[in-house]
Amino acid sequence: MAEGPNLARRLVRHRGAVAGLAILSALGLLALGAPWLSPRDPIKTSPRTALQAPGSGYLLGSDQFGRDVASRVLHGARISLVVGLISVSIAVGIGAPIGLVSGYYGSRLDAVLMRVIDVLLAFPGILLALAIVSVLTPGLGNVMIAVGLAAVPTYARLVRASVLSAREQVYVEAARAIGGRDRTILTRYILPNVVAPLIVTATLGLGTAILSAAALSFLGLGSQPPTAEWGRMLAEGRDYLREAWWISTFPGLGIMLTVLAMNLLGDGLRDLLDPRLKV
Amino acid sequence: MLIYLARRILAVVPVLFGVTLAVFSMLFLVPGDPVKMMLAEFVTSPDQIAQMRAQLHLDEPLPQQYGRFVANALRGDLGTSIRSRRLVATEIAENVGNTAQLALASMAVAVAIGVPLGLLAALFRNTWLDVGSMVVALLGVSMPSFWLGLLLIFVFSLHLAWFPATGGGDLLHLVLPSLTLGTIASAIIARLTRSSMLEVLGQDYVRTARAKGLAWWGVVVRHALKNALIPVITIFGLQFGNLLAGAVIVETVFSRPGLGRLIVGGILAKDFPLVQGTVLFIAAFYVMINVLVDVAYAFVDPRIRVG
Repeated sequence: MAEGPNLARRLVRHRGAVAGLAILSALGLLALGAPWLSPRDPIKTSPRTALQAPGSGYLLGSDQFGRDVASRVLHGARISLVVGLISVSIAVGIGAPIGLVSGYYGSRLDAVLMRVIDVLLAFPGILLALAIVSVLTPGLGNVMIAVGLAAVPTYARLVRASVLSAREQVYVEAARAIGGRDRTILTRYILPNVVAPLIVTATLGLGTAILSAAALSFLGLGSQPPTAEWGRMLAEGRDYLREAWWISTFPGLGIMLTVLAMNLLGDGLRDLLDPRLKV
Repeated sequence: MLIYLARRILAVVPVLFGVTLAVFSMLFLVPGDPVKMMLAEFVTSPDQIAQMRAQLHLDEPLPQQYGRFVANALRGDLGTSIRSRRLVATEIAENVGNTAQLALASMAVAVAIGVPLGLLAALFRNTWLDVGSMVVALLGVSMPSFWLGLLLIFVFSLHLAWFPATGGGDLLHLVLPSLTLGTIASAIIARLTRSSMLEVLGQDYVRTARAKGLAWWGVVVRHALKNALIPVITIFGLQFGNLLAGAVIVETVFSRPGLGRLIVGGILAKDFPLVQGTVLFIAAFYVMINVLVDVAYAFVDPRIRVG
């Protein structure tokens, strides 16, 4: 990671990564500025102007309660980005240390931790997050915890694999030979090898986390009304598809654009940081 | 081969054991009293709560409860749903067909779209065909399934009226849900097929086949594709699991009966036995599918058995 400026230069030349970064920056700015950019209050209802088509009055139309879809989509960007960041932080914060310890110390501890991870991996896709939400009771906060915990195995395995390959390097052996302590070896020599794949996976993981969280909210297990959250908005617009396609179309577009940007950036970072991971 | 098989199957036992333990503990990780939570909507007397406790065997020591849970599960008894008062196993049996149908149809859609897309991209590397296919695949992995489902309903049922929007039953009801789920899964298959194909096309035996004058298409199909699809097969297991999980969402979009609707309904109604039973069923099924895929993989690629 010492190649900081060099990396930045190469990143700028990567078309996909630049596109992803550009979309993300735009979304980030919109999300930050949502309270000031929104034409109207995102949760204020006005039944008299319900189901207005997109146009001069309502830029992206209004929903069945007369709420402004544009304002709700803007505020939804805030929620989705924050939910993604917090979920991935939880996943990395728990998964990375598990993988680090498991890969470095090996033996019994490794065997036990990996069996636990194996069990968690037996719940496919969003099922683990669903099971966790069912225990924690629905809500946006619990969705973040559930999506985060459900992704822990991914990071634990990734970090463990990176540590296992780094541990065998000659410089680690050398560091141990001159009497380096475990702590020093772990943080100084092994951690840097883990960082590159971790950044790539976490960037891609942001997209996945946003998708899962929106899905849980769509199912009614996440954000509760009247929160302007994209997944929830899609669910609310579902019954008005015939009369008002815009209620569910724009939040869906928001989710896709955000996840697309994360994927573009993640793929770009993978190309640059870790060519070995290339899929 | 037999040793490999035996080892692979034995390795599943502790995982399944862990899965039952995880599902069993769900009830005890609930903050507060699960029984009171489950009965929250009913007017209950302390007697009824005690009765419910006894019915769920919550008055016994934990190890005994867990033993009973596993023993019952092995006999196919997953408890009784609190809302419907029916056996969870019966509820699953009635719904599993719908979900399996959806998952299989989606898999067919995913392969039918994903493999040709990846193949085209690899064969015409760095042309607009490659870029176009990969942009489509990228959109596919970025698209929320529930949104794609709504878009398909909007176009194909509300406007064109070709297919019904909601419900289950006949094959017509299967088209839009499996298209939704399959399109999204096809993106991953397309990317994998492309990279795997590119790797194989660079191999010596492909060059040899070309050098001895074999027709290009013959080489692509007989030599390259056959080998390139091996890693694609392994991801089938993973994908099948994802399709089962994805069905949870798509079933809700299309109001289609199935295991997904069962789970979501169960969670919303705090019907823990129903949720536990269905989650356990899907996880166990997924583990089994993965074993089957591993075994199939070992058949296709002899190198695996040795390792």
